[in-house]
Amino acid sequence: MTVNEKQIDTSCRVPLLVLFGGAALWLVVGSVLALVASLTFHMPDKFGDCPWGTYGHLQPAADDALLYGFCIPAGLGVLLWIFARIGQTPLRGAMVPVVAAHLWHLGVLAGLVGIFVGDSTGFAWLEFPRGGSALLFFAYLLLGLWALMNFSGRNERGMFPSHWFLIAALFVFPWIYSTANILLVGWPVRGVVQAIIAWWFGNNLVFLWTSLVGIGAAFYFLPKFSGRPLHSYYYALFAFWTLLLFGSMRGVPVGAPVPAWLPALSAMNSLFLIVPVIAIAIIGWKTVRGGAGRECKGGSFCMIKFSFVAFILSALLLVTSACPHFSRLTQFTWFGAAQTQLQLYGFFAITMFGAIYHILPRAVGIEFAFPKLIRVQHWFAMAGIILFVVSLVIGGVVQGLKLQDPNVAFADSTKAMLPFLRASTMGLLFMLVANLLFTLNVIALIFAWKWSVAKTVFAFLISPLAKTEVKA
Amino acid sequence: MKNGFVIFLAAFAVLASSWGAFVLAPQLQLGGAKQVTVLNSTDVYPASRPGEAAQGLQIYRANGCAACHTEQVQQDGVACDVVLSSAGKNPSVVSNLISTLKLEGITEEAAQAAADQITAAGGKVETHILATGPDIARGWGLRHSVAEDFLYDYPVQLGGLRIGPDLADVGRRLPDANWQLLHLYAPKSVVKGSLMPPFRYLFETKKIGSTPSPDALNLPKEFAPAAGYEVVPKPEAKHLAAYLLSLHADVPLYDAPFTQLSASTNAPANKP
Repeated sequence: MTVNEKQIDTSCRVPLLVLFGGAALWLVVGSVLALVASLTFHMPDKFGDCPWGTYGHLQPAADDALLYGFCIPAGLGVLLWIFARIGQTPLRGAMVPVVAAHLWHLGVLAGLVGIFVGDSTGFAWLEFPRGGSALLFFAYLLLGLWALMNFSGRNERGMFPSHWFLIAALFVFPWIYSTANILLVGWPVRGVVQAIIAWWFGNNLVFLWTSLVGIGAAFYFLPKFSGRPLHSYYYALFAFWTLLLFGSMRGVPVGAPVPAWLPALSAMNSLFLIVPVIAIAIIGWKTVRGGAGRECKGGSFCMIKFSFVAFILSALLLVTSACPHFSRLTQFTWFGAAQTQLQLYGFFAITMFGAIYHILPRAVGIEFAFPKLIRVQHWFAMAGIILFVVSLVIGGVVQGLKLQDPNVAFADSTKAMLPFLRASTMGLLFMLVANLLFTLNVIALIFAWKWSVAKTVFAFLISPLAKTEVKA
Repeated sequence: MKNGFVIFLAAFAVLASSWGAFVLAPQLQLGGAKQVTVLNSTDVYPASRPGEAAQGLQIYRANGCAACHTEQVQQDGVACDVVLSSAGKNPSVVSNLISTLKLEGITEEAAQAAADQITAAGGKVETHILATGPDIARGWGLRHSVAEDFLYDYPVQLGGLRIGPDLADVGRRLPDANWQLLHLYAPKSVVKGSLMPPFRYLFETKKIGSTPSPDALNLPKEFAPAAGYEVVPKPEAKHLAAYLLSLHADVPLYDAPFTQLSASTNAPANKP
C-alpha cells in the first residue's frame, strides 16, 4: 500500500489540534504566572493578601504549566506526527490520542488548581497533587502505548535516529513519574531519600526527557530542512547512548545533606555530559553546514537551528556548574534557574514552535492566519530567552560571590540581584508576547478549521440532497 | 539498531541502573535510618517535631516557602582552637610559650602539636573543633546539615535557591516567636529592605473587643492597623512560627562534629 504524505498528515489532524491547542493555552497561562511571580521582587508588599498571589504558589505553577502544560503535550504531538511520517503510515485510531490529550489537559488543570489551593506535594517538578498526577500518568500511558502500536505497524520498516530518541523518551516518563509519585506521594520514603528521589526525578524529566524529545525532533527536521542526510548514523548512535547514560544518572547537588557518593556520582556524570554534547554539536554542524536546502527567513528552520544551539549552551551550563569550585559558587543562586529556563524554553519550547509551525498547516490543510507574525514571534522568543538567561547567569555568579563572602550581609546579596531580576522580568515579558503571538496563530487556525467543518456540515444539511436522489 | 525491541531493552538497562543508583541504593542505605547518639552525650537525635511544628511544616509546604529558602547549611571544613584551661604551676613559662604559638583557627594536627607542647610545659588545654565556611560565619548554623536533621520530616524541604536566607537552624538563630510572627505579617517591620512578600492572609485584622486579644501583634506604627483594630495570627501563622522555631540543627554528631560552647548556644546571633 502506498500512501501519500497528505493522507498521513491529515490522519493526525484531530489529535494534533487537541494536543497543540491545549498546549498553546497552557503556554500563555504559564508565562503570565511567571511574569506575575517575577513582579514579587519589584513590589513585594503588593502580594500579601491572598494565598495564591505569593511567589511560592505562582512560581511552581508557572514552571509546571510550562513543562506539563506545554512541553509534554507539544512533544507528544510532534512525536506522533514524526512516527507517522517516517513510518509512512497514517495514524490509526485517532480517537485514542484525542481522548488521552483531553485527559492530559484535564490533569494539568487539576494539578494547577491543586497548587493554588495549597495541595502542592512540596517536591520540585512534582507539585501536582495525586488526582492530577494520576490523570497525567494514565493519559501518557494511553498516548504512549498508542504511539508505540502505530510505530510497530509502520509501513516503512527502517529505524531512524529520531526513533531511538523518541522511543526512549516515551519509555522514560512513565517510569520516573510512577516511581516519584509512589515513593514521594503514595507511600513516602523516610528522610532525605525523599529529596534524592525528587532530584533524580526532576533531572530525568527536565533535562533527559526534554533532551531526548527535542533532539529526536531536531534530528528529523534539520536534515529535512537543510536537504542533507543526518551526519551520521554512528555519531547519532554514540550521542544517543552517552546522553542516555550520563544524562540519567545525575541531579543530586554538591554539598547536599546526603551520603557523599551521590553528589560525587552526579557531578561526575554531569562532567561526562560534555561527550554527548560534543557529538550532538558535530552532528548538527555537519548536517546543516553548506546545505542547499531552504533559507531560514525566520521560519521553522531558523527556530530549530536556534534551539539546537540553545541545547548545546544549556548542556554546557550544566557541565560548568558541575566543576568543583564553580559548583559551590553557583549553588543556591539564580544560575540554576537560568539553565532550567534555557533548557525548557530556549531549547525545547522553541524546537516545538518550529515543529508546530511546520506540522499544523499540513495536518489541518489550512494556512496560518497571520504568517508574518511567525517571524515576529521568533524574534520576541529569542530576545526574551537571551535577556532572561544572560542576566540570570551573570546575576547568579554575582550572587554566588556575595554569598560565599561572609563579610557581605545577606541582604546585600539580594539587593545586588535586583538589576538582574529586572532584566529577567523584561525577558519574561518578551517571552509572554512571543507566546501570545504563537497562541494567536494556533487558536486562529483551530477556529478556521472548526468554521470550515461547520460550513461543510451546514452545506451538507441544506444541500438539495433530495433532488439528486430524484435524478438518480 | 534496526529493531525497536533492542532500543527498548537497552534503554531499560540504562534506566534500571539509574534507578538502582538513585532510588534503590539510597533507600537501602538510609531507608532504615534510626536516631543517632549526640557526640559526647547520651542524648539521641533527632526528636520528632512537636504537633504544632509538624502542622507548621504543612503550612510551609502549602505556601511553597522552599521556592525561596533553603534548609541546608554548607561547610568547608573544620578548624581548631586551642584554649588554655589552667596554666599549671609555671604560669609564666606557659604564657611565654603561648605567645609564640598560633592557637586559633588551626588544623587538627597543628592543634594536637600545640596542645602537646603546652601540656609538656605544665599547662592544661582544651581543643575546640569549629566548623568553617561562609554559611557558618554568617551564623546560619553551627555545622553543615546532615541526613539525620530530616529523619522525621515529610515532605523534606531542602530547597535549592537562596532568595531568602537559609532556615536550617533558624530556631536557634531567631528563637523569638513574636519576632517570627511580626516578620511573617510585615517582613519590613523587622528586616529593612526585605524582599519577602508579607503573609497577611495568615493573620486576621479585627475590631478590638472588650478585652484586647493576648495574641495581638505589637506592630510598629507604620504597619499597625487602623485605631481600634488589632492583628491576630490565625492558627496557620502560629503553626508556621512553631515550625520555624523547631528548626534546630545544632547538636554535634559523628558525621558533623564540633565543640558545643555554652556561649554560642545561649546567645543567638540576632541578624536574620
